[in-house]
Amino acid sequence: MQDIRKALYVGSRSDGRLIQRPMSPHLQVYRYRLSMVLSITNRITGVIATAGAALGVFWLGAAAKGPKTFAKARKVTGNPLGQLVLLGWLASVVYHTVGGIRHLIWDSGYRYDKKEVNEDGPVAVGVTAGVSTVLAVGLLAVSICRKRSRAKAGKVS
Amino acid sequence: MNASAPHIEVMRSQLGRARGLGAGHSGVGHWWAERVTAASLLPLSTWFVVQMFRLGGADHAEVVKWGSKPVNATMLIALIITTFYHAQLGLQVIVDDYVHGKAHLPTRLLVKIGTSLLGLLGVIAVIKLFVRGSAAK
Repeated sequence: MQDIRKALYVGSRSDGRLIQRPMSPHLQVYRYRLSMVLSITNRITGVIATAGAALGVFWLGAAAKGPKTFAKARKVTGNPLGQLVLLGWLASVVYHTVGGIRHLIWDSGYRYDKKEVNEDGPVAVGVTAGVSTVLAVGLLAVSICRKRSRAKAGKVS
Repeated sequence: MNASAPHIEVMRSQLGRARGLGAGHSGVGHWWAERVTAASLLPLSTWFVVQMFRLGGADHAEVVKWGSKPVNATMLIALIITTFYHAQLGLQVIVDDYVHGKAHLPTRLLVKIGTSLLGLLGVIAVIKLFVRGSAAK
């Protein structure tokens, strides 16, 4: 059997003749709007957030396994490339959260007019950038502080 | 779509063909579950971010000590289950939107199995960490 999209493509006119239902225009014919980028970004960041959560599970697994495995995990989270991945995860989770809150607001029946949606878009971008930066800098500062105090106490790693 | 004249391929009404191929009554439950898990994830992930501030740069002993606290283990398991349930619901919508035809069902099952296993792995890791920390006391 064909899939549902095809099954519903053939319709009949009032005189009984079969017709192909009209297709909506494809993406590239529309003028660029911020809202459409933000919409697809919510999906993409959802996928990235899931991938990051999978990495988080492996981090927990490494901690559960023992000090040696956890040391390996810390090598990943400690090096610049690993931290770039973590930053990507963090920003994705923050944006997906902001986008999700907007969706919950829309679902409750607010801020869904064209004007309001267009006003809120740039705010969502700003909030994401701000919160992500604050969290990333804060977390990095905390881990550097802990590293220094450990070095002062003379403990290894 | 093909350029040939529109025609119906099977002796069945269009409604009959569409029935059973779509959400089939399960759509509202899915929609609600997605919203409820999303709202639950707001406090849970805020808690996790706060914990990461406590654990930034921590060594193994510190993480084990943290994981041995019942409240932390409980919140972690709640976070993991809610996260992967929400991920499953969200990824399912993406698969429904972009994967058509024969590949649809296997892809959907793969998403279900994958997210479920990852969630289970996370829960087991938290339990193991908890037991490890409790035994060390």
